[in-house]
Amino acid sequence: MKISQKRIVTAYVFLAIPLIFYIVVRFYPMLYSFWLSFTNWKLISPKKDFVGFDNFVKLFKDRVFITSLWNTIKYVTFGIPLVIVLSLFLATTLNKVRHLQWFYRLLYVMPYITPLVAVSWVWRWIYQRPPAGILNNLLMAFGLDAQPFLTSMNQSLPAIVVTTVWVNLGYCIIIYLAGLQTVPQEYIEAAKIDGATSRQSFFRITLPLLNPITVFLVVTQSITFLRIFTQVYNMTDQGSGGPLNSTKPLVLYIYQKAFRSFDMGLASSATVILFMLIMGITLVQLLVLNKRVQY
Amino acid sequence: MKRALLLLLVFSVIFAGIAGAVKITYWQYYFETKVKLVDLLIEEFEKQNPGIEVEHVTFPYENFNEKVAVSVPAGVGPDVLTLFYGWIPLYVTSGYLVPLPEAEFSSEYLNSEFFPFVSKGIEFNGVPYALPTAVRALALFWNKDLFAEVGLDPETPPTTFAEMVEFAKKLTKYDTKGNIIQAGLTMQPSGQGHQWIREVLVRQLGGTPYSADTRTVLYAATAPETLKVYTDLITKDKVGYPGFLNDDVTAFRSLKAAMTIDGSFRLGTFRSLTNLNWGVTELPSMNGVKSNFASFWAHGITTNATGDKLDASIKFLKFITSEYAQKLWLEQVGELPANPKVAAAYYDHPEYGPFLKGLEYAHATFFVNESGQRQVLMDAVDKVWIQGMDPIKALKEAAAEDQAIIDEFWSRVE
Repeated sequence: MKISQKRIVTAYVFLAIPLIFYIVVRFYPMLYSFWLSFTNWKLISPKKDFVGFDNFVKLFKDRVFITSLWNTIKYVTFGIPLVIVLSLFLATTLNKVRHLQWFYRLLYVMPYITPLVAVSWVWRWIYQRPPAGILNNLLMAFGLDAQPFLTSMNQSLPAIVVTTVWVNLGYCIIIYLAGLQTVPQEYIEAAKIDGATSRQSFFRITLPLLNPITVFLVVTQSITFLRIFTQVYNMTDQGSGGPLNSTKPLVLYIYQKAFRSFDMGLASSATVILFMLIMGITLVQLLVLNKRVQY
Repeated sequence: MKRALLLLLVFSVIFAGIAGAVKITYWQYYFETKVKLVDLLIEEFEKQNPGIEVEHVTFPYENFNEKVAVSVPAGVGPDVLTLFYGWIPLYVTSGYLVPLPEAEFSSEYLNSEFFPFVSKGIEFNGVPYALPTAVRALALFWNKDLFAEVGLDPETPPTTFAEMVEFAKKLTKYDTKGNIIQAGLTMQPSGQGHQWIREVLVRQLGGTPYSADTRTVLYAATAPETLKVYTDLITKDKVGYPGFLNDDVTAFRSLKAAMTIDGSFRLGTFRSLTNLNWGVTELPSMNGVKSNFASFWAHGITTNATGDKLDASIKFLKFITSEYAQKLWLEQVGELPANPKVAAAYYDHPEYGPFLKGLEYAHATFFVNESGQRQVLMDAVDKVWIQGMDPIKALKEAAAEDQAIIDEFWSRVE
């Protein structure tokens, strides 16, 4: 064997280790759950009979499933614009700050590095009705009426979106800040000399150049919002996604079917649907948003 | 010679090891006082039954069903395991539990050694499958200091529903905008509230929650007013609401709720609070009817145990559900004995007494899907107080959803 061949073999041997790991812990379970979605497997039963598309039919007849599918879409449509616009705004502002920038960065990234369960419980208490909830006490200090927040059909989902945005802001800001450092200052200066306002140079130069970052953030944040679980599980009574399923996302529905009702077959079918939803949304986003910008 | 003797000794030890001891495995979820006590009981059991060895395995409560699900089919599961009685239908229909042998556990034995609701709770299709050491019931906890504050006698808790409502109204405090800042009574259907509605209020209003064969939901048809009686406390009398101070236990322990209905397992929580001056009494009666909800964890023998192991498992099951074990269980874990004879000694105990009296007229719901059936009633309460739905309609809808869960279960079994 020649040296070059040996090198190739060695490379593949090393590559094989993560590859096998990936196949065993990622691909195999994924394919297996595809198979499970066509069975009637109950978690503690050894029986796994093939039932065709029965589970999928059952899911689309289930009002709760439709609600949680709809809720999941709401989480993404409310959450993504908020987190992207806010983080971009804060990042550009932070980029101008010369003193103590590290401190502000740390401040914004704090929620992101705090365990999500702890964050959820803190917010659960912030949203409490009087006399416990800080937010309501604040509202009342200004003479406003107390709000039900998490115990309301209309306010509970937005309340959880706000918490999630607050958590994810830090991460998005850091990524945007890194992106902003790569925008060549010459372009901005040249535009300034040509008489562009700072607004023009932001929308015409900075924003287009940040497009790859924005695409990355929109895609990863969408996936995060589509898989939302921990916040809802910890912020609603008994992890039920209530009141009356008004906050229940797909992942919580899947969890309840799998580990509360032990209906693994049905849960797997819902997982397949979630998988396709994530895949679809991601592909559309990549197609629509991904544009090469060159000056 | 010496060497030969040594060899003989080694062989005899090995031989005894192979032929003598039957080893069975016992599983339960981790709860410190229970684990310590079972270790003690096993030691005692092994002393009384030389030749039987019990291995005690515990794991976190959260993974209980998953753990069993993967272990038993693989043949590495337990011979005896502890499970919530509400899971018995699921375990039986999945083929995990063997029926309690009639010869050892006759109906006379069960009737004389256990409270009446136990024998119903451990049955599936008329066959008993598991036995409890301890049971739980509900009672009314009250805060003596808050009673005294509004001029009520701190030593006299309400005994009827009407009295409780009257007390609760006196004990509720509001801010200037009408927000509750101290609840007269906790209203938490996700806690024990749903059990109170289903097994207590329904019966007190002349209804029956489920048909005798447990397959038909009857509460909406036989006691349509039940939910209204409950939700009126939230919407009309305004003495509390679900989620006040997050949950009922937090509200009561932080001295912000004057009364709460909870289980005997809560005794330990309240006992350790020095600033909480509490008492506990039987659930209030209504229309002269007393009722209570009881539940329990029970030990069952799995299909793993065959031959010698089955015999050993039966002996072990008898031992851990014996009067001796129950007495220790009450003293060390604080759960109520499942045997009325053991319970009798504690009837006048200020903490255990009200629960034990409740056990005499208690019912254990036959759940086919405990969390699903709980959710149905939680949703019904939410529909009334959040959405303003008519409580009679909400209860009807709950009954229909509950029936669907039950039907779905039986359609799979048959």
